[in-house]
Amino acid sequence: MADAPMPHPDADKLTGMQHEKQYDFQLSESYFYKSEKGLNKEVIEKISAFKEEPQWMLDFRLRALEIAERKGPPKWGPDLSGLNFDDIYFYVRPQEQQGTTNSWEDIPEEVRETYRRLGIPEAEQKVLAGVGAQYESEMVYHSLKEEWEKQGVIFLDTDTGLKEHPEIFKEHFATVVPPEDNYYAAVNSAVWSGGSFVYIPAGVEVDVPLQAYFLLNAQNIGQFERTLIIAEPGAKMHYIEGCTAPTYNSDSFHSGVIEIIAKERSDVRYSTIQNWSHNVYNLVTQRAIVHEQASMGWLDGNLGSKVTMKYPSCYLVGNGAYGEIMSIAFAGDGQHQDAGGKVVHAAPNTSSSIVSKSISKGEGCSSYRGLVQIHEGATNAKSNVECDALLLDETSKTNTYPYIEINEKTAHIGHEATVSKLNEEQIFYLQSRGIEEDEAMALIVRGFLEPVAKELPLEYAVELNRLIELEMEGSVG
Amino acid sequence: MSENRLEIRNLHARIAGGADILKGVDLIVPAGEVHALMGQNGSGKSTLAKVMAGDPSYEITDGDILVDGESVLEMEPDERARAGLYLAFQYPVEVPGVSIANFLRLAINARRDEDDEIGVMEFYEKLQNAVKELDWDDSIIERNLHEGFSGGEKKRSEILQLLVLEPKYAILDETDSGLDVDALKTVSQGVNAARGENFGALVITHYQRLLNHIVPDKVHVMSEGRVITTGEKELAMELDQKGYDWIKDTVAAGA
Repeated sequence: MADAPMPHPDADKLTGMQHEKQYDFQLSESYFYKSEKGLNKEVIEKISAFKEEPQWMLDFRLRALEIAERKGPPKWGPDLSGLNFDDIYFYVRPQEQQGTTNSWEDIPEEVRETYRRLGIPEAEQKVLAGVGAQYESEMVYHSLKEEWEKQGVIFLDTDTGLKEHPEIFKEHFATVVPPEDNYYAAVNSAVWSGGSFVYIPAGVEVDVPLQAYFLLNAQNIGQFERTLIIAEPGAKMHYIEGCTAPTYNSDSFHSGVIEIIAKERSDVRYSTIQNWSHNVYNLVTQRAIVHEQASMGWLDGNLGSKVTMKYPSCYLVGNGAYGEIMSIAFAGDGQHQDAGGKVVHAAPNTSSSIVSKSISKGEGCSSYRGLVQIHEGATNAKSNVECDALLLDETSKTNTYPYIEINEKTAHIGHEATVSKLNEEQIFYLQSRGIEEDEAMALIVRGFLEPVAKELPLEYAVELNRLIELEMEGSVG
Repeated sequence: MSENRLEIRNLHARIAGGADILKGVDLIVPAGEVHALMGQNGSGKSTLAKVMAGDPSYEITDGDILVDGESVLEMEPDERARAGLYLAFQYPVEVPGVSIANFLRLAINARRDEDDEIGVMEFYEKLQNAVKELDWDDSIIERNLHEGFSGGEKKRSEILQLLVLEPKYAILDETDSGLDVDALKTVSQGVNAARGENFGALVITHYQRLLNHIVPDKVHVMSEGRVITTGEKELAMELDQKGYDWIKDTVAAGA
């Protein structure tokens, strides 16, 4: 381990600087701390001490570590054998969080090229690559922040949330996704850092989407982010995590946990488009508890990464609750997107909808993995599942694993799955109108995704399309 | 030397690996004229249409296709379209999730320089005029391309696209098939609106019926992969009355 970097000699003195200096990127540039590689008790104690966390959080982390060690990785799903925890930094100080890189020149040319072609300004490119800060978005954020504060809305990074709102935090944290839930949730619980903490008071409707990039410090798009969203009764909000440029991460493991509590009559939407660099294992747990007459919608776009496992879920626990999961996955060459959704109907008159659209190219493989569960007593539940797969060529693959468990006679379940190949006749038709072959293919793919993409705010939909076009380059032939 | 014409020279073509379907087609459509191409099922009319547009399932074994004197054989289907060729398909495909408006804007811009994209207002005006020409409702432009369209609506869409894209030469592959009398009139009205000095068309049909509405300058008759005779518009009428065997016999006797 001759190359394992040592902690910064002044690391201890820096404790506590993180939050004060959160928006002061110029100052914080010279500070850094990085844990040693590997996952163990000492690393976790250091993380917690470094963040000056309350004892209960340290205890929670240590308990999660025990659970992770006991559970071990899941034995189903995609091949994760390339993932070696002994070779991963489980905590990196914010401006270093994006990886071991801190120089623009160290970012692979392929990633830089993609940024350029997406037309992202260089300053922003550097933030995305983890080597700089985005000043402009802060200006926007600060004016919105004032408005939100007047309404009692809390929108902070999760570490700050824990410090400034300990009661609300402790009451809800890990109640939706406990560490016992699954191996990667346990790992996240042990080492989490960053993410967003959102609290919308009863009856408050936030019109402008809360966008994660407003909180943009490298932490938010970090490796083990932990997002906690609480919508009090009657609240309404749309949270967007838009990381549409490839998030460059020289560490190859991303495991986030997103917890959402949608209380009575609230209306919550969570949209994310993620485009990880192609070496990343992206294993995320996203779950919402949906109470009486509340409505929860996930919109989940997965591009990039080496392997993604992600099944946003809704637990419909109140009478009349509604859950919706829409997902898009693009598996390029050598990628495996294992995505889908999970809905548990645990109360009467609940309804749900899952729409999953996947595209595979080259040696890529995308799988739909979904579960619809209707508990006994959840009378008159309705659920509709639609999963459509599009294969761009002869070599790409797709799988469908739809699980349905019904323990209630009054349930109405619909399930529809289609697999189609990119159609030569469609391409010829579009070409005969003057549209080039690659553009014709992109147009067909855009059309295929349209039912989901139209639910996105326009600027994200546009960016999604540009991303798909970039991913599709080289498909012609 | 007038080169403003669509010219097919000794064209031989087949489905890859199969026997020739086109066995030496010669045909000229000068700009400003509308020609009819008639023939029985299996005579090669639709193959000719698809081969001209560059359908990749066919291979050309001999001959040439020229647009204003320039060979398009080596061109991809999209390049041929940008060179001024347009095929109104007999069976237009559906492209789910792609609206007619978006699709046509893309197609127009594909013909223009990157820094000279069509203005939104200009585009919609053009599109709406074409919609009106075909007695269609404005809302059609927001519908997805042929998704859930009836056969007649698809045919109408092919003509709508023709009016918006303004090709130099159009090939209409049995645009009349499956149309009722009213739809036939509407579609013909659209084609007639496109007629002019700079527009040539080859109208492929089995029946004389369409040619009452789109009156051709010339009529070609195809049989067994070749154009066996060419005549004035009256030929279509005669053909309708006397049948294809008559024309085959006449041509055979004359030859």
